Amino acid sequence: MAGGQERILKRRIASVQSTKKITRAMELIAASRIVKAQQAVHAAVPYSECITEVVRDLGAASGAVNSPLLKPRDEIRRVAIVLFTADRGLCGAYNSSVIRATEGALREHRDLGRGEAVVIVGRKAEGYFRYRGFDPEASFTGFTDRPTYEDARMIGREVTRGFVAGNYDAVELIYTRFVSAGTQEVVRRPLVPLEQEVIEGGDARPGTDTVGPSYEFEPSAEAILDSLLPRYIDARIYAALLNAAASEHASRQRAMKSATDNADELITNLTRVMNRARQDSITTEIMEIVSGAEALRSDNSEENATVDSTNGASS
Amino acid sequence: MPFAVQFVSPEKVLFEAEAEMVVCRTTDGEIAFLPGHVPFVGALGIAKVRVLVADSNEVVAAVHGGFVEVANDRVTVLSDIAELSDQIDTKRAGRAKEAAAQKLANDPTDADASDALARAELRLEVAGATASATR
Repeated sequence: MAGGQERILKRRIASVQSTKKITRAMELIAASRIVKAQQAVHAAVPYSECITEVVRDLGAASGAVNSPLLKPRDEIRRVAIVLFTADRGLCGAYNSSVIRATEGALREHRDLGRGEAVVIVGRKAEGYFRYRGFDPEASFTGFTDRPTYEDARMIGREVTRGFVAGNYDAVELIYTRFVSAGTQEVVRRPLVPLEQEVIEGGDARPGTDTVGPSYEFEPSAEAILDSLLPRYIDARIYAALLNAAASEHASRQRAMKSATDNADELITNLTRVMNRARQDSITTEIMEIVSGAEALRSDNSEENATVDSTNGASS
Repeated sequence: MPFAVQFVSPEKVLFEAEAEMVVCRTTDGEIAFLPGHVPFVGALGIAKVRVLVADSNEVVAAVHGGFVEVANDRVTVLSDIAELSDQIDTKRAGRAKEAAAQKLANDPTDADASDALARAELRLEVAGATASATR
């Protein structure tokens, strides 16, 4: 009976141990990916800074810009939200906090009487919204842990097309910003129409005269802006994707670390219980033997007391 | 007096150097930048960009569209795809060229194929330029 319990505990410990091995491996993988993802985030900064600068210069030079991507619509009837989650789970509250922020934003727009559209990045959000009967505008999956610029362009094209076609009048991004390996925060940023402050303030770089340099354009400022703005949007989306990927790995690393720690604790506790059970069974066995021997001896001594007193004492 | 040149793709900074002159082709035609050029923004075609590096070396890159910005004695080439001549896989470019040419022969209106052909040809041209220069 007691030995059976011990065997069950042993089996549980073995299973926790193999789970621990898996979580430990995932932790290490995630940790090594964080570094790479973080480097990708940093490597993408110069491009987005440069492109922002060019957009500013163009805006300052060409004055009133009338690209549809820049002009805020008079009436915002429908807002599209692009949310960035992971393809896989096992990363703590990473996915659910992005989804929660999205639900909040959707509720806000609904309260203002606007329609809503959702553009999904990541399998987890897709599952969530489809399960709730929400039909996403578009959904992109399969690359969240290692996004490329091509992926960003795909999303950018879809969003720009939908916006220009008038399917929605504004687009917002909701993603997890990677602050450091220890801190990530869910942020909500407007994407299109592009904010005026991006365009305004023109060329305010130090070292130029107060008048500002007069730019030459080839072919024309408008033509350049028209092909530049979609790229600017792509770059913004790409930055969001990279931040989300780095945050995903960081969250997964943290989640897997605590899973490994929990497994350790569980193993310690189970081992303790198992040892106690074994000790208990040994104690019981000894008790049984002792009491059995005691009983035998008392039987024997009663029977043999008159026959042979030395034999009874030695057995 | 050299000035700074930077090739930037969305994924990373590809190339950075001090240069004497930068020659590239915008959608309107070839243009060269020397130090002290007026601020300039141009849309680039699918063409090669030549950079005369300060120590009299020439660096050639294949740039597939994008923008060039000149301001404050600084040239920045923003491009989705830009490859330095020594990074180009000529075999792959050769295969891509054949595939694109075939596609174009089947359907002369295929814009993707003609773009692909232009890119492959540019790659070969740029890679060939340095191969002969080093010889």
